Amino acid sequence: MNWTAIGMFLLFVVFTLGVTRWAALRTRSASDFYTAGGGLSGMQNGLAIAGDMISAASFLGISAMMFLNGYDGLLYALGVLAGWPIILFLIAERLRNLGKYTFADVVSYRLAQTPVRLTSAFGTLTVALLYLVAQMVGAGKLIELLFGISYLYAVILVGVLMVFYVTFGGMLATTWVQIIKAVMLLSGTTFMAFMVLKHFGFSTEAMFASAAAVHAKGTAIMAPGGLLSNPVDAISLGLGMMFGTAGLPHILMRFFTVSDAKEARKSVFYATGFIGYFYLLLIVIGFGAIVMVGTEPAYRDASGAIIGGGNMIAVHLAQAVGGNLFLGFISAVAFATILAVVAGLALSGASAVSHDLYACVVRKGKASEQDEIRVSRVATLVIGVLAIILGLMFESQNIAFLSGLVLAIAASVNFPVLFLSMFWKGLTTRGAVAGSLAGLVSAVILLVLSPVVWVNVLHHDKALFPYSNPALFSMSAAFLAAWAFSVSDRSARASEERGRYLAQFIRSMTGIGAASASKH
Amino acid sequence: MTPSDIESISNHPDFRQLVRRKRRLNGSLTAAMLVIYYGFVLLVAFSPSTLGQSLSGGVTSVGMLVGVLIVLLSFALTGIYVYRANNVLDPLNDKVKQECAQ
Repeated sequence: MNWTAIGMFLLFVVFTLGVTRWAALRTRSASDFYTAGGGLSGMQNGLAIAGDMISAASFLGISAMMFLNGYDGLLYALGVLAGWPIILFLIAERLRNLGKYTFADVVSYRLAQTPVRLTSAFGTLTVALLYLVAQMVGAGKLIELLFGISYLYAVILVGVLMVFYVTFGGMLATTWVQIIKAVMLLSGTTFMAFMVLKHFGFSTEAMFASAAAVHAKGTAIMAPGGLLSNPVDAISLGLGMMFGTAGLPHILMRFFTVSDAKEARKSVFYATGFIGYFYLLLIVIGFGAIVMVGTEPAYRDASGAIIGGGNMIAVHLAQAVGGNLFLGFISAVAFATILAVVAGLALSGASAVSHDLYACVVRKGKASEQDEIRVSRVATLVIGVLAIILGLMFESQNIAFLSGLVLAIAASVNFPVLFLSMFWKGLTTRGAVAGSLAGLVSAVILLVLSPVVWVNVLHHDKALFPYSNPALFSMSAAFLAAWAFSVSDRSARASEERGRYLAQFIRSMTGIGAASASKH
Repeated sequence: MTPSDIESISNHPDFRQLVRRKRRLNGSLTAAMLVIYYGFVLLVAFSPSTLGQSLSGGVTSVGMLVGVLIVLLSFALTGIYVYRANNVLDPLNDKVKQECAQ
């Protein structure tokens, strides 16, 4: 049992539950629940978006990748970051001007509500649940290691806290938990990077030189290795990371929490700054760890492997630079990071159920706000229980492919129709539904046939589809299907939908008629 | 918005100018970002040794500098966009809103 870490984590939990109580008192309307009343500032939302992106997976995973392969770790980091300017230039403001609570609001703006909401909600729930499973399993393993509590309790604890934050505090609590964690993680990594640089006399050249001197791969760690040697795979991975981010429902939802397009724009500016800064720190942490953790026998077990596995590099480095107290802090931050991300996921999944499915499809827009909030609370509870059960079922499964699948699905199912609905007059209901389904089916099939699942998980000899990243092909399939099924749609409904584009375009450009912040 | 509002806004010269300017700004910055990022990805795929070269005789490689530059450029491009949008597009947008509100 690591008591410092547990103590610090308890402090975080008590504090965030206090925040949740405060948020619960201010959460009355549906708009409060889904989007914190639309009253967050660009800075707050920027921190929350950054918090969503700098998850435990990127903190522990990317530093571990740099520790193992050097430069290749940076390629992942850059892919995630490079998506943000594109999101800002293409969709951030239009999204804010057109939507209210979920991205399905935007896609269904001028299309038929029922079919479009059904497919968008399906896309949201698939992404949210798969992502939740990946996070739950990772969280359980990590917490087992850091805190010495069993996997079962760890998963249940994460699930229960997540449900608490979301059902009582809605988006306001979820956002503040994310902001608090982002500040903690950014300060913690800043301190770690500072101590590493201090160790090397504030010379990055000295740091890289010592790292290359002790690493098994020598100076090869300073150049791209085998990760993206195949150009098709490289572009496909790049597309998946760039546009996958733009299709994640819990990220898209954040654009509705600010008052207008101007604040939405500012939030991406701040988020890009924080995410970029974080990845620059990770370079120092990853390469510093090669020397400060890699050469230290205390962090290796009898067989020479890193204690706790490769993902523990950043945690060991925390101990090396700041002793047990700082180790406790970083462990608590890692736990907090998981909690904050799963809360956002649960909220986006619950909104798809209560807003898209219940209020818009089942009740045809006639549900009262109180009913809608009640349904979303029940949905959160169900999602929480599902996440715990799935987390326990998948404990010993190889789930490394899940996070890749999530991004590929988000990039192929959600992004193409969202993009076309805003930019292409010709998109019709039939095209939108066909595009989503084509993206989903092709992403799942190609991933199953790829080396990642067909060889590594199902243990066949040779993959039927040669590339590990389906995004290039599944996104093309989605765009193609959406286009083909739209242009061939000669129904009266389709021509009405095309006719409504101009009004949508004016609103997306100017914000005339956009949903405004609720008054408190 | 009534059909006649839509008609008058879409034909309004200020609205047309707003659309043109937005398209130009968004289009050029998106193109810049795509060229930067996919140029890098293609360099990684086709010529990793270029990125592996020593920067100035030491261990620090060209690739490391390029990586850091991409981070800084991404941030700079979002900064340019926010600056232009706040100072050029927003005033124009406000003008359109004012002129078209009756």
